[in-house]
Amino acid sequence: MHTNLYEKPATELCKLLANKEASSVEITRSFLERIQAVEERVRAFVTVTPDLAIEMAQEADRRIAAGNNGPLTGLPIAVKDNMCVKGRRVTCGSRILANFAPPYDATVVRLMREAGMVILGMANMDEFAMGSSTETSYWGPTRNPWNPEMTPGGSSGGPAAAVAAMEAPVALGSDTGGSIRLPAGFCGVTGIKPTYGAVSRYGLVAYASSLDQIGPIGRDARDMALILNLICSHDPMDSTSAPMEHPDFISVLDKPVKGMTIGLPSEFFSKLEDPDVDKVMSETRVVFKSMGISFIELSLPHLDYGIAAYYIIAPSEASSNLARFDGVKYGHRSAQFESMIDMYCRTRAEGFGPEVKRRIMLGTYALSSGYYDAYYLKAAKIRTLITNDFKNAFRTCDAILCPIAPTPPFKIGEKIDDPIQMYLTDVFTIPVNMAGLPGMAIPGGFSRNGLPVGIQLIAPHFQEARLVQLASAFQRETDHHLKSPVL
Amino acid sequence: MKKTESKITPEQVDYVAHLGRLHLAPEEKRKYQAQLDDILKYMDMLAEAPTDDVLPMAGPVELYTPFREDEVKPSLPLEEALANAPARVGTSFLVPKVIE
Repeated sequence: MHTNLYEKPATELCKLLANKEASSVEITRSFLERIQAVEERVRAFVTVTPDLAIEMAQEADRRIAAGNNGPLTGLPIAVKDNMCVKGRRVTCGSRILANFAPPYDATVVRLMREAGMVILGMANMDEFAMGSSTETSYWGPTRNPWNPEMTPGGSSGGPAAAVAAMEAPVALGSDTGGSIRLPAGFCGVTGIKPTYGAVSRYGLVAYASSLDQIGPIGRDARDMALILNLICSHDPMDSTSAPMEHPDFISVLDKPVKGMTIGLPSEFFSKLEDPDVDKVMSETRVVFKSMGISFIELSLPHLDYGIAAYYIIAPSEASSNLARFDGVKYGHRSAQFESMIDMYCRTRAEGFGPEVKRRIMLGTYALSSGYYDAYYLKAAKIRTLITNDFKNAFRTCDAILCPIAPTPPFKIGEKIDDPIQMYLTDVFTIPVNMAGLPGMAIPGGFSRNGLPVGIQLIAPHFQEARLVQLASAFQRETDHHLKSPVL
Repeated sequence: MKKTESKITPEQVDYVAHLGRLHLAPEEKRKYQAQLDDILKYMDMLAEAPTDDVLPMAGPVELYTPFREDEVKPSLPLEEALANAPARVGTSFLVPKVIE
């Protein structure tokens, strides 16, 4: 049977390119045609740039012909709409940046250009990455490719939906409280949030700087290894970038996992009420056990404070980071105002959507005089407790297994007017950001309604290779990651 | 039913909106007051966390001071730096009069 190029996994596309069996222009055209065919139903992109993509593909083909190519030359990718690409439109899902054309490339974008990758377009997201459903985007919600009534999760819903719908072989997302892992789980694809400091944040529009991290979304562990090899590197332009050498992530893909120990935090599993998620977690344990992995129950006693502490720290940092949107240097400016301060207030009122305003209000309140100790300082101390919980846990295990979300994908509109219910979606992912650990989302199975249910693996700092190794072993034994939605 | 005390008053909503430089319509103020009240009540659990003698954590990695040579490198060209400005005059950003 004839297989379209867009259906092929990234690893195979890279082989076809290297062996000159398919050109980058052919592959890129295949994805652009796929986008054209399904985008109306998925709405994964804010901006698709076919002409620029073909130009990049032609350049990649010239490099391949000249023998000046690397392992990723010619491979298309979708980029979350919060990473600066020089001269393109990058909106961060917001009206305030609706016409913003960055004057420079983010470091990850520079690395992609140097590798000869082809940027298909900018993928949709919750406004300023604030949300768990991609519903808060100024450009409207992205649909879950498995069921258009459902959200794709967020905030990187566009990148995850694009990969699930085969509109792109791989994508880059960002994760502040679960924003790569939740949509990867909801869309039935693989995604990883690397350790804080593993990937440069230079050129990533800041939401909460001590939590934000860029990472890949793809179909399987192999895709993760390909992209991690490109983006994990020290960058002098980001002072929190770790000055270290990263391993070759491809070399761990076929390494055996027998003898490893996986920890099961009782606080996570006691919260499981959903029968679909419960079933997937049980089946996952059986698979890992059959591979010679043992389990240990453990406790992360301060986990219950995670959401409350996160929703102090992240909005506090956001309220400060978003102060730069003042209608002066770039972005929207209100047409009518009476004074400088009034210009700021009206510009921001018009430019930001309800969730962004809510978080600015919350963060400003938490940092305001008289409340700092009770909220921000307290939350920062809880962050230490949660981090120590993980450190203690990793004395007895190699990785931690838990769900990504308490439920399978929920309906568009279901939680949008209930902030606390929306925030609770991230109960299993937020602690990982608080501690700066690497966390990975892997397709784990399906709900009774045929919706994807993901599982999460967490490793100690800078041990993302162990996650790739475990996921690769899991995907040799399972086929959830090979299933794709009918569109 | 006993009505629990609100965690945030309308005056505080006004004050915080001003600090955050957000012009809010009356209905937005009412909505945010109610939602922030709910959220802050949820945050009450923070007080129960045992944090005596615990040091606060600003970020997940150990920060160091990265040193580098003090080399002169080209800056963003003026035209590119101004290209996204909503209003400009000559080589400057144009803003409303600040000093009376």
